[in-house]
Parts: sequence; C-alpha cells; structure tokens
Amino acid sequence: MADITAPAYRIIPIVPKLIPGAMAGKGPFVASDKINEAIGFPGQLVEDWHDKAIAKMGELLSKYRSLKVYMDACVHCGACSDKCHYFIGTQDPKNMPVARQDLMRSVYRRYFTLPGKLFPWLVGARDLTREVLDEWYNYFNQCSECRRCSVFCPYGIDTAEVTMAAREILDSVGYGQKYSNEIIGKVHRIGNNLGLPAPALLDTLTGLEEDVKEATGIDVLFPIDVKGAEVLLITPSADFFAEPHIDSLIGYAKVFHATGTSWTLSSMSSEAGNFGMFIGNYDQLRAIAMRIRQAALELGVKRIVIGECGHAWRVAYSFLNTLTGIGDGADANDRFAQMLQKQLDHRYKQPSHICEFTWDMIQDERLSFDKSKNDKHIITFHDSCNVARGSRMGDYAGGQFEIPRNIIKACANNFVEMDPRTTRVDG
Amino acid sequence: MASVVFGVVFYLATLLFVVGVLYRINTYARTPAPLKIPTTPAPITKGGVVLRITREVVFFESLFKANLWTWAAGWLFHAGLALVTLRHLRYFTDPVWGWIAFIQPFGIYAGIAMLLGLCGLWARRLFVERIRYISTPSDHLMLVLLIGIAASGLLMKFAAHTDVIAVKGFFIGLMHLSILTLPADLLLIVHLSLVVTLLVVFPFSKLLHAPGVFFSPTRNQTDNPREKRHLSAWAAKLESEK
Repeated sequence: MADITAPAYRIIPIVPKLIPGAMAGKGPFVASDKINEAIGFPGQLVEDWHDKAIAKMGELLSKYRSLKVYMDACVHCGACSDKCHYFIGTQDPKNMPVARQDLMRSVYRRYFTLPGKLFPWLVGARDLTREVLDEWYNYFNQCSECRRCSVFCPYGIDTAEVTMAAREILDSVGYGQKYSNEIIGKVHRIGNNLGLPAPALLDTLTGLEEDVKEATGIDVLFPIDVKGAEVLLITPSADFFAEPHIDSLIGYAKVFHATGTSWTLSSMSSEAGNFGMFIGNYDQLRAIAMRIRQAALELGVKRIVIGECGHAWRVAYSFLNTLTGIGDGADANDRFAQMLQKQLDHRYKQPSHICEFTWDMIQDERLSFDKSKNDKHIITFHDSCNVARGSRMGDYAGGQFEIPRNIIKACANNFVEMDPRTTRVDG
Repeated sequence: MASVVFGVVFYLATLLFVVGVLYRINTYARTPAPLKIPTTPAPITKGGVVLRITREVVFFESLFKANLWTWAAGWLFHAGLALVTLRHLRYFTDPVWGWIAFIQPFGIYAGIAMLLGLCGLWARRLFVERIRYISTPSDHLMLVLLIGIAASGLLMKFAAHTDVIAVKGFFIGLMHLSILTLPADLLLIVHLSLVVTLLVVFPFSKLLHAPGVFFSPTRNQTDNPREKRHLSAWAAKLESEK
C-alpha cells in the first residue's frame, strides 16, 4: 500500500489526480471461523465460492429493486466521481463511487447480461476470479455507506446499496469481515456492540449518577430495565463507555430529569447501532432490530427514543417500522405490527430522535437554559451523514437540518454556521 | 431489394426495442423494494415525488448539483434529442399534426445542439482523467453511434438532401404493412442503419437509464417510513414464520 498523506487544504477545491492502486491491499482483518459461524455464515471461504457468489448475486438482484436498477442504469457520466471522501483522501480511482460500483457491475454484466456474455471486453465485463473477489473485499470495505454519491447521481444510484450487496455476497461465501461480524455476534450474545454485560452497565450507570450528583448536586437517575416507564431510550453503546460519547448520555438523562419524564434503558437491548445494515444482511438487520421491539413490549413503554448516531438513526427512522413495527400506520390485519403499535403513544413520532424529544420540550417551555454559561464555547454543527441524507427529524421535509441547530441556539449564544458548501446544501 | 431488407430490419428492430424495454420495465416493477431508502431532499407526499422525478427527468436536477459541465453537455444533448425526435414525427403522420409542423424550424437548431452536447460529453470522456478511467469501449462507441446519427441527419439537411417525400412514403408504408422503395442515398442508409443499431442496443445497454430513473428507490419513494408501515412480500414472510 502506498503512503497516504492528507490532501493539503485547498481554498478552491480541485479534484486530485488519480493514483491507481493507492489503496490496493488485503483490506481489513478477515473474520475467523468462530466469528462467522456464530452468526450463521460459513467459517471460511467455501470451496465452491464462485458458484455460490453468483447464485447469491442473482438472489439479491431478484430481492432488491435498488440493486437491479443500479446495476443497469449507470451511464458512467462521472457525476459521482469526485464526491467520495475515500477517493478525495486516497486518490485511488477505485474509490470513486462509480468505479466501486463497477467492481460489481463488471461481474453482473458478465453473468447476467447478454452483451457481457458475448462481448465482455466491449462492456467492461469480467469473470469472477479470486483476484476480483479479493478486490471486492478490499474496496467494498472502504465505503462507509454515507450515501453522498447518491445525492448527486442523476439516477439516484446509491453505492451504499451496492456495498451492502457485495458484503452480503462475501459473507455468504465465508469471506466476512472481522470488525462487523464480531460486533454482530456480541449484540446477539450480550446485547450491545461493545459487549458490555448487564452488571457492567449497572455499575457504569451508578457511577454516572454519582458523577452528576457531584457536579451539580442534583439526583439525576439513570434507570435501567424499569417496567412501565414512559420512554425507552435506545442509544449507541459507546455512550456507556467512552468520552466524549458518555457526555451525550449524561445530557439525555438531564433532559429527562428536568422535564420530569419517566424513562428507562434496557440491558437486553442496549444498542442503537445496527451492523446488520453495514453488512447488508436483512436477517441480521432484522434480528438486531427485534431486540428493541422485544424490550419495548416487555417493558411496556409508550415511546421509543433513539440517542444520536447517524447510521443508527437511519436504521431507526427508515427501517424500524418495516423491520419491527415500531412506528405507525400498519394495516389493520397486520397483527405483528399492531401488537406493538397499539401500545405506543401516537401523539409522538415512533421512534423519536433524542433531538426531536428535546426540541419538543424546549418549545413546550419545559426546559430552560442559562445560555451565558456556554459563552466560553464557539459552536458549529456538522450534519451527520445518514441523518442529513438518509432520514429526517420532525414532521416536515428538512427538519433534520433545523432541529439540532435550534437546540444549540436555544442553549448557547455563539453558534456559527459552517461554509454553506458543506453537508447541508451540497449534499 | 435494399428497401425490403431495410423494411424487415426495421420491423425486427422495433419489435426487439419494444419487447426488450417492456421486459426490463416489467422486471424493475416486479422486483420488490424491501426498505425505504429515499435520499435528501426526500418529499413526504406522493405529489412531491412526482415533482421530484419530473425535475430529475426534465432538468437533471441532481446532475446540475454535481457538475455543471456534464450537466450542460448532457442536458443540451437530451433536450436536443427530444426535440429532434418529435420533429421526426413528420415522417410518421399524414397529415402532419399542427404542433409538429410548428416545431420543425426549432428541431433543426435542436439537432445542432444535440451534436454539440455529444461532442462535449465525448471530450469529457477523452480528456478528463477520472472520466477516462471509468469509460469502457462501449461508452465511447455509444457516443460515436449517437454522433453518427446526428451528423448524418444534419448533413442530409445542410449538404446532400435526400428525397424526404419518398422517405416518408417508406415509413408510412411500413406502418401500413407494405414495403415501398427507399431512396438509395448513402447518407440516408448510414443514418437509418445507425438508428436501427440504437434500437437494438437500447434494451441491453446503459441506455436503460431512461426507464431506470423512474424505478430508482432513492428517488421515487415517499419519505414516510414512520407514518406508514412499508413491507415487501418476502419480508412479510419472515414474520409469519415466527
């Protein structure tokens, strides 16, 4: 692998020159037998991986319209070619969204289209060789599924969908990635991505109560597994563990305390992040999300509130209703979803983002702030990728941009908006 | 004899084009979209989605945000092509509809605009490093094909006229299932052969972006996942199994 240096700051953005192969390599650590098998994937690369991979691709093409249309529709216009931060940062042309998609599209053309079968050289079609599979593993694990490219594509082609399909195919032939798959195993075994068992959580929360008491003199509670609470808070497990995330959790607890909201965490479902999405596996995505449903049903809560995390909010906002029925508007004969939706309080959006909850409380004047205490800070806000592009807050289009800024402005005087060419306007 | 060959080829090519594209559209329509994946700015109503797709198809809104040069060349080409295609309806209607008679002069400028747009797109493919990197031989050939169609058409307008009355007679004849004589002009033969090629290639190539854009879930979905449960048939089965 070439030495990677951060690109120099450019006042006028100029697309960097290509450095082919800059990020060639073996990619991230491959998952071990134990990790893969624990979540139902083959332990190692199976012998008939070629046929299995092509069969899996065919299956995904018939199950996901996105993949089918996106494999066909690309015209190689290059609108996306300078939009990926992995490309800007590494200059490796295979990190251009279109080129990343083409790693799969070339195989799609070879096995699923007539021109690719007859004239592979003409349409850039290639056989699925071991080299191609390795290349998939390397480059499809250099995509964060942020979807910036999709915003700019004239056909809305979403590289995240292609990345997910590729990882799903790789997992299905036993070529899984350690980081994601190990984490998914932990969620099933323990309840969260970090693998913090219930006693550790309890200890952490007790410690936090003491810390807040010491700092403010107020008894702010961090309740867990409380049946009959109004709100179930589902937050990324990093919030239990590390700075600065833990400050978020303390903030959430203070908001609940100040507004007199009865709330609880769940030790069984102590994770908002869902790595099932990263690996594009619907069964995993669903199984992980089902833990939230189970906790909501067992604890009998009226509201489900999600702590901040971009990809987690995408799963919560866009997928939870589909996967688990956490939401509204299920058919009357949809017993699976109705069972839960009858329990939830539909005066509020289900699920709600913690920012939606907080902003509602600010508008209801149930929270007040001494803004001058934040005068020592100059604050800006960078929109989270999947909140800005892949989901929403509030009940109007674009609420995800307004609500977090409204909250900051409500509690601080020195808010500065970033260059308008950043996330908000420019995709 | 050449006329008979052309007549038969045109029938077959048209059949292949129509059946091929309908088959593709049918596949797209029948393939489920199990998850809600619209991207910002995602409309929250069906009417909003119609407007969004209209803006994409008519103005290439996303491409405009992405790259002005590509947008300018691409839009010039597509808008030109649309007008030129409409102008050609005069070869298939008798008497010619009023509004088609009206657009005839604009159609000529559109032909020039189309050619300029195509040259711009090809220049980008040849000279911009990263676009050259992602181009396959078929990407270049597709542009050559379209440039050939536009150039041969314009040459017949401005340099070597063909007998357009006879051309019209030929196509009206085809529509009435009889094969009449086609003028044996080289430019006309080139022009029509390239058009036949385009018809044949369409359902097997990236030209499927035209129907595809209407089926792109990031663009055609309503952003209401919390308000309405969205469930595909295969995903619903997972629930009944447990």
